[in-house]
Order: sequence, then C-alpha cells, then structure tokens
Amino acid sequence: MTSLLRLATAGSVDDGKSTLVGRLLYDTKSVLADQLDAVTRASVDRGLSTPDLSLLVDGLRSEREQGITIDVAYRYFATPKRTFVLADTPGHVQYTRNTVTGASTAQLAILLVDARNGVIEQTRRHAAVLALLGVRRLVLAVNKIDLVDFDEATFTTIADEFTAHATALGYAPDEVQAIPVSALHGDNVVERSERTPWYRGPALLEHLETVPVADDPHDEPLRFPVQYVIRPRTPEHPDYRGYAGQVASGTVRPGDEVVVQPSGLRSRVERIDTADGPLPEAGAGLSVTLVLADDLDIARGDLITAVDDQPRVTDEFSATLCWLAEKPLTAGARVLVKHGTKTVQAFVERLATRFDEQRLATVEAPDTLRLNDIGQVEIRTAEPLPVDDYATTHRNGAFLVIDPPSGDTLAAGLIGAPLPSLEVSV
Amino acid sequence: MTAVISRAQAGDTGAPAARDHLAALESEAIHIMREVAGEFDRPVILFSGGKDSTLLLHLAVKAFWPAPVPFPLLHVDTGHNFPEVLEFRDKMVAKHNLRLIVAEVQKWIDEGKVHERPDGTRNPLQTVPLLDTIAEHRFDAVFGGGRRDEERARAKERIFSLRNAFGQWEPRRQRPELWNLYNGRHKPGEHVRVFPLSNWTEADVWHYIAREDIELPSIYYAHEREVFRRDGMWLTAGPWGGPRDGEEVVRKMVRYRTVGDGSCTGAVESRATTVEDVIAEVSASRLTERGATRADDRLSEAAMEDRKREGYF
Repeated sequence: MTSLLRLATAGSVDDGKSTLVGRLLYDTKSVLADQLDAVTRASVDRGLSTPDLSLLVDGLRSEREQGITIDVAYRYFATPKRTFVLADTPGHVQYTRNTVTGASTAQLAILLVDARNGVIEQTRRHAAVLALLGVRRLVLAVNKIDLVDFDEATFTTIADEFTAHATALGYAPDEVQAIPVSALHGDNVVERSERTPWYRGPALLEHLETVPVADDPHDEPLRFPVQYVIRPRTPEHPDYRGYAGQVASGTVRPGDEVVVQPSGLRSRVERIDTADGPLPEAGAGLSVTLVLADDLDIARGDLITAVDDQPRVTDEFSATLCWLAEKPLTAGARVLVKHGTKTVQAFVERLATRFDEQRLATVEAPDTLRLNDIGQVEIRTAEPLPVDDYATTHRNGAFLVIDPPSGDTLAAGLIGAPLPSLEVSV
Repeated sequence: MTAVISRAQAGDTGAPAARDHLAALESEAIHIMREVAGEFDRPVILFSGGKDSTLLLHLAVKAFWPAPVPFPLLHVDTGHNFPEVLEFRDKMVAKHNLRLIVAEVQKWIDEGKVHERPDGTRNPLQTVPLLDTIAEHRFDAVFGGGRRDEERARAKERIFSLRNAFGQWEPRRQRPELWNLYNGRHKPGEHVRVFPLSNWTEADVWHYIAREDIELPSIYYAHEREVFRRDGMWLTAGPWGGPRDGEEVVRKMVRYRTVGDGSCTGAVESRATTVEDVIAEVSASRLTERGATRADDRLSEAAMEDRKREGYF
C-alpha cells in the first residue's frame, strides 16, 4: 500500500527546474522509451548533443518554441514507497499566480536556486507565497552545484541564508531541507553523489520518499460541506435522504452530534454511507454520504460541523487575497465569493495593506491590488458564511473570488491573516 | 488536497480517510462528479466503452449511490468500432438503466459536414459531431476520461476546462485551479469539460480496475486475432481499410491498451489474459499506451495540442 504525496516546484528562470523534474521522471523510470525517443529527436533537431530532459515537461508548442514554461503542469511518478503528484510551476511568467495554484494543493514544495547566484529576490518571494499558502515543508535544491566545483562553503552559505529567511516566515528548522544537486548530471537527485562527500543529508528522491507529512487534519474539528442531496425516490429507496460531500477536516462517526450552518439546526449522524457499505468513521479527504437522524432542510452550500468547536458564522471578514487577474482590484468591487460548496455575492469594502514580498513589509491602504499582488482586505458578503481562519483549517478558510460578468477566477482568498507579517498594523 | 495521508498509513489505526493513494484518487473523482451534479444543469458523460470511460461510469455509480447516475451518456461513434466494445457499451447502458446518445460520424460524412481523410483515420473527424451534439442537447458540462499522464499537452489541462462557444481550448486563458474549489461558471453557449481522472496514471487505472473488479470489453485482454503490421503497430483487418497490398495478415495473441477508432488503434502482442497479468505487463512496458497504440498521436510533435485546441476530447 503506497501513500500519496502532493508536491510543487518553484524556481526562477534558468534555475534548471524543468531539467530537475525531467531528471526525477527519468530516473524513476516514469519516462518511457517513446517519450525519450521524441525528446532525443527534438534535441537533435535543436542541435544538442545529449537529450534535453526539460523537453519532457515543456508541453505546449509555444513553450517549446520559446524554451520557457508558461503554465502549471502536473507530473506523476511513483516509487515502491510513495506515489507523487507534482505541480510544476513556472517561475518567471505570472509567478504568483502559478505558485499559488501549485501550492494550494501541495504538502511539500521544492524551491530551486542556482548555486552561482544563491538566494535571490524571487526565492524570497516564492518562499513567502508558500508560507502564506501553508505548504508544510520546503526543500531548497541548490542546483548546478557542479558549476561551483561542488564547493561546500558555497552550499552552506546559501543553505544558511535560506533557512534564516524560512524561519522568519514561520518554518521550524526540521521543516526545511537544503540539498546540493546537479539536475543535469543527476548528483543527489536519486542517488547520493560521490562528488559531494561533505553532504550528509538525503538525496532528493530519498527525502521525498521518507519525509513525514504531518499536516493531518483529522485532529481538527469536523467540517463537511454538503455538495449534493441524494434522494433516489426509487421503489427500493423511497424515503432515502443523504448528504453527499468530502470531509474537509476532522473525523465523523455515527452517533456524533452535529450542527448545520448557517441555519444552526442540530441533529445526530445516523449512518456514514458509501457504495461499498456503511463506515464506522470517515476522516478528512474521504467522499461519503451522511444520513442524519432528523428530517432537516439541508441543501448544497450548507456546512455540517462539530458541535463543540464551531466555525464563526459571519457576513464580514478580513482575508488575504492573492490577485490572479489582469483586471485590478479597487475598494468597493462587487464580486462572487465561492467558499466550500456555496457561492455568494460580496463586495470588497476596504484594501488594508499590500504585501511587499521583496522587503517582507506591508504597504498601508493601497489604491489597488494588481496581477500577482498579495494584500489584506475586508470583505462583506450578502449572506453569512460559516468560516474558519485559513491558518487553522485550510479547507474551510479558503475561497475563490470570481468576476460576476466573465466568470473568471480573480483571486485566491485566505480567511484571516495567515502570514504574520501581513497583519494590519493599526 | 492536503488530507490524503491518513493516520492509517502513519501506522495508526485512525479514521479510514484515504487508506492509500487509490482511495485518495477515488474520493477526489467522486468529489468532482458531485460538484458537477450540484452546479450544472445538463451534464453528460462521454462514453466509448473503453477502460477510462468505463472507470468514469463506475465512479459515477458510486458517487450517487443509492440514487441512479444523474447524467446521460454520449458516444461519438466513428463507425470503425470494435464490435466487442459496442456490445459492452450497450450492456453497461442496460445494466445501469442509463440514457445513451450516439452521434454517428457517418451521418456527418453523408451530410458533407466532415470529410474522410486520405489515410482513412476517423479519430480527428469526431470533433465536429461532438461539438454539434453538445450544442444540440445544450450540454453544459461534459465528462471525459482524459488523464494528465497521457500526453504533454494534457499535463496542463485543468480538471474543469472551459471551452468557448466554438468548443475550443485556449491554453493561455485557462483559469487557475485552487484547492478543491472548482469554478464552473460559463456563458450561454460555452461549456466545461470535466476530467475526474486527471490525476490518475495508467497503472492507477489498472490497479483500481483489479481492486474494484470492474468488467471491461474482452479485447483489453490477450486473445487470438488476425492482424497486419502497419507503422510499427498491429492493426485489425476491417472496413476501415487494410490490409493493403504487401501487408500480410497473421494470427497473433494480442490485446489492446487503448480502444479507439479501429483504423488507428493498434494491438500489442500479449499473453496477459487477466487483470493481474495486465498490471505486470504495464509495469514492465517501456512504451506509453498512446505511443504504443495510437497512430493519431504520431501525426506531429503537437498533434494532441492541436486537436484539443479544435475542441477534441
């Protein structure tokens, strides 16, 4: 039985991220002969003497033509210990948009730096975005270590500088692992390299296979957004009524007292149904159907929660927005907020701060948030929502901001102030 | 999803969240299908009878149990299908008491709306009948069995993929997809393609088929068949053309890794008669399933990307 680890990559232009990802796929034998033949052919066409592994992952025609990565791409590889879903996020074009997208589902992120350049501004920004999104573990891959002659002092300087930055963002030292690698030659990617005898830590893949992924939302209070009401009305099940959803956090068991928000009505869980039979309990991530003891008026958009630790039901909240659209945000903007399974009308009452990632400082009362800006805002919704802070319960603290006329996703929203340095200094 | 590593895996006998990676993928796919049922007016499942669409149907049955699947099925029939697959398709429709809509490519050819290609391949001809049928029935969400591991252009596909009024995919205008919050908003005339199997690999599909004991068309397993060699693939003789002069028909033990239009879907030599045999064979294979058996993907380096832009699956 293998577990699943979701991870993301982030790096700047020319840090060799596509090559590293290509190397991971190649060395875990996730690249098959016909894919490699195609890469070899394309490399020869481009006048290269060895296969360019980055061509394995640059998928779109314009990416191959320009030699850059435009959009988040998802990669799959597996070892006997773990199955990996990797969100490969490009560093230069719309870096916040892509990094936020990749980080929103990641349990771990690999940041790349070029050993010759060390930690640069974009490394700091990426780390800040990953911390904001709550990615629990970071790996700093110090790439192109061959180009600094496998020098220990260069690596240590970069590792120390990065660890200090990550600590300022709230990471514990054991949540950050720096690894000297050469993606091009494979040093410390799958096998520990003989050319870095001074490095005592694991190779990258070894680390990915063994790192504990501690974010376990089972211990959080129950949050169960109702997706769909199942009412067969068939001769076999004339009166069946079940609430289908995916447990967002916590654990649910038959007999549990629950509250339905925003109505505040109470009931008891009678059964946890699945097509494979009823379950004795269901934890976070599982898709199930809850049957309650009482006949309540429950619909899509409602949230079934624990009794003793309830979300706050409010039509006004402070939130961090990662602005992902060309159209800028100004105070008073009318938007849609999609939280859990509910979408409501809302407006952005006030722009409190804009985060300056370069200085890890905040700018007070900005006029706008533009593409790739991150800021703190006050939101008012047309109906009350049962919300938690993102920092404590990710899945019930996250929301989308949607443009009503076009339907486009404008921003990723995080309730509360998940990054301490984003807090409004009143 | 942050919730997929369960305590059970950590050595604790805690709540059965996702027992392992297949359970996590199943829960994710069921969540996606229920989101579509909750937010769209007229969803439909693309169903060819192939293994990925059979898996989609299996997941839909589980997602809405004990209620019936709340979506009809749509098959774009090239007219070059394997009879075993059509028979299986009809059997599944009857078993689950579903409504099946069939768009026959031949009808579009007869009406002059699409033209046969010189090489006889009909897979690229499916796009126009698909888009016409989506428009005619005003489908607003169209489930497909596409997986991101299949091909490089698919690796950048969203789970909810907005298509414009011409059914086209615009890779540069895709919406960012955050957490498990899917944005399915669309204007009249537009629709959303939904890919619940996005994060599955070919190996995951086969392991899940084995675990759930899912029935597939017989041609996915090794059987004796008359075939001829073309472009490095074993093709079946049939009304789609072939064998041509100089192509010798031989009897071989073969099976299919993908099931598409008979004119361009090749068989692989195989002795794998059970799902366990197939898993062993897939793990040992040095070729991707599309690379091994699909002539339509060999047309150019960006063949899939081009077809997707035009509104292909």
